[in-house]
Amino acid sequence: MNQMNASGWKPGTPVPADRDVEFPTVTGNKALMLEERLLFELGTRETCGVDLPEPDTDAPNRLGKFARRKAMELPGLSEPETVRHYTRLSRQNYAIDLGLFPLGSCTMKHNPRLNEKVARMPGFADVHPLQPVDTIKGALGVIDELSHWLIELTGMSAVAMSPKAGAHGELCGILCIRAALEARGDARKVVLVPESAHGTNPATAAFAGYEVEDIPAGKDGRVDLEALKARLGPDVAGVMITNPNTCGLFERDMKAISDAVHEAGGLVYCDGANFNAIMGRVRPGDLGVDAMHINLHKTFSTPHGGGGPGSGPVVLSEALAPFAPLPFVVKDAQSGELQLVEEENVGDAFPVSFGRMTAFHGQMGMFTRALTYILSHGADGLRQASGDAVLNANYLLRSLDDVLDAPFGEAGHCMHEALFSDDGFAEGMSTLDVAKGLIDEGFHPMTMYFPLVVHGAMLVEPTETESKAVLDQFVTAMRSLAQRAKDGDETLKSAPHHAPRARLDEAQAARKPVLVWQEAEEAEEA
Amino acid sequence: MPRYFTEEHEWIDVEGETATIGITDYAQEQLGDIVFVEVPQEGTELAKGAEAAVVESVKAASDVYAPISGTVTEGNSALEDEPELVNSSPEEEGWFFRITVSDKGQLDALMDEGAYKTFCEGLD
Repeated sequence: MNQMNASGWKPGTPVPADRDVEFPTVTGNKALMLEERLLFELGTRETCGVDLPEPDTDAPNRLGKFARRKAMELPGLSEPETVRHYTRLSRQNYAIDLGLFPLGSCTMKHNPRLNEKVARMPGFADVHPLQPVDTIKGALGVIDELSHWLIELTGMSAVAMSPKAGAHGELCGILCIRAALEARGDARKVVLVPESAHGTNPATAAFAGYEVEDIPAGKDGRVDLEALKARLGPDVAGVMITNPNTCGLFERDMKAISDAVHEAGGLVYCDGANFNAIMGRVRPGDLGVDAMHINLHKTFSTPHGGGGPGSGPVVLSEALAPFAPLPFVVKDAQSGELQLVEEENVGDAFPVSFGRMTAFHGQMGMFTRALTYILSHGADGLRQASGDAVLNANYLLRSLDDVLDAPFGEAGHCMHEALFSDDGFAEGMSTLDVAKGLIDEGFHPMTMYFPLVVHGAMLVEPTETESKAVLDQFVTAMRSLAQRAKDGDETLKSAPHHAPRARLDEAQAARKPVLVWQEAEEAEEA
Repeated sequence: MPRYFTEEHEWIDVEGETATIGITDYAQEQLGDIVFVEVPQEGTELAKGAEAAVVESVKAASDVYAPISGTVTEGNSALEDEPELVNSSPEEEGWFFRITVSDKGQLDALMDEGAYKTFCEGLD
């Protein structure tokens, strides 16, 4: 019989770590994975990538004092050299299109290609925010329809579509709360933020001018309802609660919390960043929430990460709806005519709107993708997505809780993310070592050292995207790494060993960052 | 010179009317490599429990609270260029700021070295 694969190697077969040492290459390249130098090291100042003719005019240079006096000293590279540089760099990158991205609280789910197709339709892709309104009725229709579904999914009264990301949405919600309190002449000073909330929540409240006070988490990782009730009073403007929270748990007392806050005259902000776990199953409006942002870029599958665009519409209760910021898309009930309401045509329609958060209407590209996701999934599809996301997280939790400490494992099922601590690791071994080891195993690291309430936290969110086969492969890697961390395996302390770059000195990079190109001699002096 | 400790992992050395404040060895160990420290300006008036300084490590950013009320007489400017002093010498060269002691009674509520040690052991 013909032996097709004499070595028996197949994907997944371990590769000995010392192989590179045994067979060094003179270029530093490894097979077709190329060692990439900086642009400044690739090109020289003497070369130029383009050949521009001398200007055939004797018109005077009108740049005056803005005229450049010194050469820019940029390296000259040709188009293919430049294209190859960035393409080679991109091969060292990791993306959701390459594999599991278990970054907890980031909801790195697959971005369906159908979304991309729709977002690229010229009627959506090529519109300009300053175009006459009559020529963008289709785009307004998308905003209106998406608004409808966001309100429907959350059980709220209204939505402000313009906020550009999660934290921006938080600010919008808190400003609505402030405007509502001020409108009734009730200047309250304090916003309560539980320990289990997202880190941006206290920052948002402080930015909006409030004093922030912590509310401790109970032993089960949820808000301590009694501690919260004890703190409520006439000085408390409201609470900011993340639900499901950053421990990956559903705040079961949410309705009781909302009732208590309302009784004390405050308002309830819910951080909806983790909406993916409850989409189609729980309506925050039914839990007494007054404002909640929805991260379209997470829950409704629009590309994010690496600083990519976000979009954080804020759904509002009846109490807060009048204070929402401009602009609005309004549909005439009779004619169905769509209208964009801005300062010049608002008239007396929204007298207590707190103002405006963005120059234009919001992230149109995210709106088309999110609406496509919602319509292509349908109500049953969205319900299944949240169900599968929770199922996947629980599968990881229970596949790892015998080798890793799961601080809230006893508290029952988790929601969209599984949380582990570094309890049980050998002296000197840390969560960072496990994260670096994951890179060697071919996975993006999980969220680490967050939430702060758990020592050496590892927060894993698989989303509904991943199949059981992928989850099993991740579990195999994590079980091996957990064992090495418990055994005090020194080789894990210097991981990654197979990445294009070994362990970087993150502390030095933060303390003494080198942000601009330095000539070799300058770099030595510095 | 008596040294006091807080549950927020600060140490306080009192000499006459002035207290020197920093974070403990336990705190720097928990934070990991420290990359940035912001200390209060001279003349800043701090109430007990107010945010006094910020410390950032590769893991997290944390506030340092004033353990007693008083007026800041000096911030440790060395930490601006060498935040790593907090890792290498947390309880000496890595001090954060000095403050006048306005109410000596506030010191009574703080822990001594033995009590702090027991407190930390209870955390692990």
